[in-house]
Amino acid sequence: MRLRRVLTESGAAGVLGGLLAVSLIFGALIGPQFFRAANVELMARQTVIVAVAALGMTMIIVSGGIDLSVGSIVALSTVVVALVLRAHGPAIATAAAVAASAACGAVNGLLITQLRVVPFIVTLGTMLLVRGAAKGLADERRIEAPITWINDLLRTARDGRGLLLPTGIWLTVALAILVALMLRYTRFGRHLFAIGSNERTARLCGVRINRRKCAVYTIGAALAGLAGVMEFSKLSVGDPTVAVGLELDVIAAVIIGGGSLLGGRGSVVGTLAGAAIMAVIQIGCSQQGLPNWVQQIVTGTIIVGAVALDRWRQTT
Amino acid sequence: MVEAVSEPPRFEMRGVRKVFGATVALDEVDFAVRSGEVCALVGQNGAGKSTLMGILAGALKPDAGVMQIDGAPYAPRHPLDARQAGVAMIYQELSLAPHLTVMENIVLGVEPTRRGLLQRDRIRQIAVAALTELGHQDISPDAIVGDLSPAGQQLVEIARALASGCRVLVLDEPTSSLTHGDVRTLFDLIGRLKRQGHAIVYISHFIEEVKEVSDRFVVLRDGRNAGDGITARTRAEEIVGLMVGRALDDLYPRSARARSEAILTVEDLVPGSATFTLHRGEVFGIAGLLGAGRTRLLRTIFGLEAVTSGRIRVAAYSGAATPHERWRQSMGMLSEDRSGEGLARALSVADNITVTKLEPLGLTWPAFTVLPSRQDAAAARWIDRLAIRCSGPRQAVAQLSGGNQQKVAFARLLHHDVDALILDEPTRGIDVSSKAQIYQLIDELVSATDAGLHPAAHSPRGGDPGLKGPRYDNTVVRRPFPPSLKLRRTAEALAKAGQGRQKAVLLVSSYFPELLGVCDRIAVMSRGRLGPARAAGDWTEHALLMEASGAHAAS
Repeated sequence: MRLRRVLTESGAAGVLGGLLAVSLIFGALIGPQFFRAANVELMARQTVIVAVAALGMTMIIVSGGIDLSVGSIVALSTVVVALVLRAHGPAIATAAAVAASAACGAVNGLLITQLRVVPFIVTLGTMLLVRGAAKGLADERRIEAPITWINDLLRTARDGRGLLLPTGIWLTVALAILVALMLRYTRFGRHLFAIGSNERTARLCGVRINRRKCAVYTIGAALAGLAGVMEFSKLSVGDPTVAVGLELDVIAAVIIGGGSLLGGRGSVVGTLAGAAIMAVIQIGCSQQGLPNWVQQIVTGTIIVGAVALDRWRQTT
Repeated sequence: MVEAVSEPPRFEMRGVRKVFGATVALDEVDFAVRSGEVCALVGQNGAGKSTLMGILAGALKPDAGVMQIDGAPYAPRHPLDARQAGVAMIYQELSLAPHLTVMENIVLGVEPTRRGLLQRDRIRQIAVAALTELGHQDISPDAIVGDLSPAGQQLVEIARALASGCRVLVLDEPTSSLTHGDVRTLFDLIGRLKRQGHAIVYISHFIEEVKEVSDRFVVLRDGRNAGDGITARTRAEEIVGLMVGRALDDLYPRSARARSEAILTVEDLVPGSATFTLHRGEVFGIAGLLGAGRTRLLRTIFGLEAVTSGRIRVAAYSGAATPHERWRQSMGMLSEDRSGEGLARALSVADNITVTKLEPLGLTWPAFTVLPSRQDAAAARWIDRLAIRCSGPRQAVAQLSGGNQQKVAFARLLHHDVDALILDEPTRGIDVSSKAQIYQLIDELVSATDAGLHPAAHSPRGGDPGLKGPRYDNTVVRRPFPPSLKLRRTAEALAKAGQGRQKAVLLVSSYFPELLGVCDRIAVMSRGRLGPARAAGDWTEHALLMEASGAHAAS
């Protein structure tokens, strides 16, 4: 009952319905094997990278901002992991990658609050900046790195570590719960909604907007850094050219999930469902033997359709 | 005065009824306006004015009743029908394209074309003709609308209505964004349009305006005709009496007030060139015309704008501060711009009320938490106490009426339990009964002497029925702040000390009767300078206006 109220309030119920519908359609097209455990796990693994980055983006979009540098941060993160792994253990490598990414986010936050330039422009700039920095750091090459447990993060549970599901998926679930709790049950979360809904009101009410914004871009980038670690796990090399355009998938996941680019609206459940919808379409289309262009058309339609549907629901 | 009664009205509606679900918004309402007449439509928010106008404008369909324009049946199915039938609405929020020129705006949507091409000469002709009809050739057809003042933009909108050949002109709260001088100009224009034979419906909360501009008035209350009459033969008090269904005397309650220690001291503050002291137990009013710099002064005190020079002292703290620090110093501000700044409209009533003080609404550990259920409980108390009409604490503020929105904004200050309340135009654009409630609240806040705040029953006049409800109680969850920040602790200690004691109110208003009714002392701001304060009893409306318009030097 309570769950239902939370879902309807955040508008996540519709997205979950959409996820169900998309899954059922592909299930009907492909057959029962689409729902086999291995296939579901495949789709979940496919979702993880976008989903982790989208958790951070959800917070940023709720606060009325946007971060276009996410794809570049993911690439930088893979490079940092690979470089650090050469000399240190995987834990230090992960920490270094997340820290480097968080630093990028802090720079975004500082530029946005101190120069008072809109987030779109600032992060458009840092998107190139960070991408350039990643390429420079990697000397424009892929960086080989020793095999460690990081490589197992997204390996299937059957031949790797992880209880039932790959560790990376559990990690994503844990982070999602954390972010959802943060948005709903902390002052920081309530302040993000206030800033996103009406920044002038937030200022009048004594919300320290600059601090909150710096924090949200830093946390968002740190999560993108973690998504980078997952990306590294998939690639097993550090690649400065990876994840070009990933930010658009990430933003799309948030928007399909009921987030509003005007701020003040967004939910973790919705975002995860949004990311999952895109993964289901991707895998469903390829298993159905549909070419890439069909998949893009379907995804594009879903994005526009989701927002239009949301509009319509709001006005009626 | 009304003449030629035999002539059929330009517009007439009879027995109009409109039901939304279980609520009857309009019940057997009659309304008519003749050509060459200004008819005022008055009533509190929720009385059915908007519904009535929605029906006239074709946005809503009546469930029963008939309408006629010039004797011909009129039944618009959508707003375009209404426009084509000659019904033009001028709303509070202007609907112009700011980047286009005056003449482009005047013909917007009905551009004259020949073989698909715009006829620039013809557009200019239409625009010039419309502006001439208004008597405002001073507005250039080539000016960019966004560069005009709000008054100029309103004229353009009226010109657009005339150019489209309107037969009934509806002005909805047209003076809300105008200065005193512009209001004068608008009234002259209305008089001119009236003499040209236009039928004008004038909607306003300001009885003075209604008295001045209208020939006839129609009062709606609770969706029914509550009365009507010839404006010139009716006293303002009688009209208000019809609106609220009770006498006007209750509007400005005044309990015994005892001024005590200073809570805000301002010395030579620029902007504002202001020097004054605000004490506990008093309402200090700042009068002035729109644009006199009153809002800027308040915003500077509250830390929303930079101090150029001078000193501000709030209780034990001196110097400039951010809004965040002001709240910690137990000062709160109500913005004049309710929808743009005062409220986060998409957020819930509970979020809006509790946002400044979420600390007591979470777990003891971890301390940064907030429990929505406690937010709701805290908000529910104020919803009851202020009789805020809403479906519950979770309803979005945007769905409430203006008066209820303002009460939500006010409740934020009460939730925070601030000692000093800075109120910028707290009653602008809200209905009479919400106004009465806000006056009552202000009085209670400054006159409290007993512990807990001050129950409505203490008011010697008995108070507003809407204010009877659960009383203030301090049983709502309260816990000490985490001892992390010194500032916090001191602020909390001070706030504790001030609990249950009289508050101080700094009130800015453009509505002089309200200032005279509510304030203990009043100072006038004129051309960016604040004059000396005098006891409210020493002022009259006339004196305030003279001072505010700089008509004579301060003595």
